[in-house]
Amino acid sequence: MRIKVNGKEYDVPEGLTVSNLLDFFKINKNFVAVERNKEIVSKKDWDKAIICEGDIFEIVTFVGGG
Amino acid sequence: MSEDFLVIGDKKFKSRLFVGTGKYSTPELMLAAIEASGAEVVTVALRRMSIEGQQRTILDYLSEIKCTILPNTAGCYTAEDAIRTARLARELGLSNMVKLEVIGDQKTLFPDNEALLEAAKVLVKEGFLVLPYTNDDPVMAKKLEDIGCVAVMPLGAPIGSGLGIRNPYNIKIILETVKVPVIVDAGVGTASDASFAMELGCAGVLMNTGIAGAKDPIKMAKAMKLAVEAGRLAYLAGRIPKKLYASASSPMDNLIE
Repeated sequence: MRIKVNGKEYDVPEGLTVSNLLDFFKINKNFVAVERNKEIVSKKDWDKAIICEGDIFEIVTFVGGG
Repeated sequence: MSEDFLVIGDKKFKSRLFVGTGKYSTPELMLAAIEASGAEVVTVALRRMSIEGQQRTILDYLSEIKCTILPNTAGCYTAEDAIRTARLARELGLSNMVKLEVIGDQKTLFPDNEALLEAAKVLVKEGFLVLPYTNDDPVMAKKLEDIGCVAVMPLGAPIGSGLGIRNPYNIKIILETVKVPVIVDAGVGTASDASFAMELGCAGVLMNTGIAGAKDPIKMAKAMKLAVEAGRLAYLAGRIPKKLYASASSPMDNLIE
């Protein structure tokens, strides 16, 4: 299944939840926020939200800035 | 001085110096500079996570010190992007404060005030504590206060320019116009700039490049800490008026002949 994450296309297994997706990319869940198709997926919903073909994700965190 | 807190929304701060976390050569240097500055509020930006290869994020480092995170919406050129960024920043669960930036021009990084107002209206309604980065226009400052921003942050000079407080007269007028804290944000180059802002009556100063870009950031951080304190004390002390002619400091009677 093809999805886009942070501007790049990836092939991921079917039936993944957002939580699974973060594990798939070995992302530390403590310090990220997730947006799917321009809508925020709350942390409490990560285990329930199932990823679909063509989904566009932004997985963000804080970086140094002024 | 113990009662002289900077109050923003429901938060109280002893330090009137806010610092950014960008432009440091190493995270360790960043932490040391923040500590030397005595700042309690630090700004951060929101960006895509690196998903190929695990890295320590800035939060791994900032969690080592006690500070209040102030996410910014740097890099946003539209109200829509700024709103989206602020919402994502809040989602990280560390802060409902936001340094709202909507940039209007790439070279000067001056704010797009129209879009700023639009974004601020939405975010205030959603319960954010909005600290807008704006220019030194008192009319704009009043509008931002009226729609519910908890502070106004006029730039002293373009971000990273080090030109200091270019229009102190407008900053003074803003101080007379609004009741919310006025925090000079951007353009501070050296300690005297920070002191000057505080002597005008500003509630605080926010800087990043002024410290991070200095030859010795830790030394400069300490200088800025002292400068903000000195400027604030001078302001509270009530300076002498400026006079055209001299007024002798030593008595003029009992002179020898």
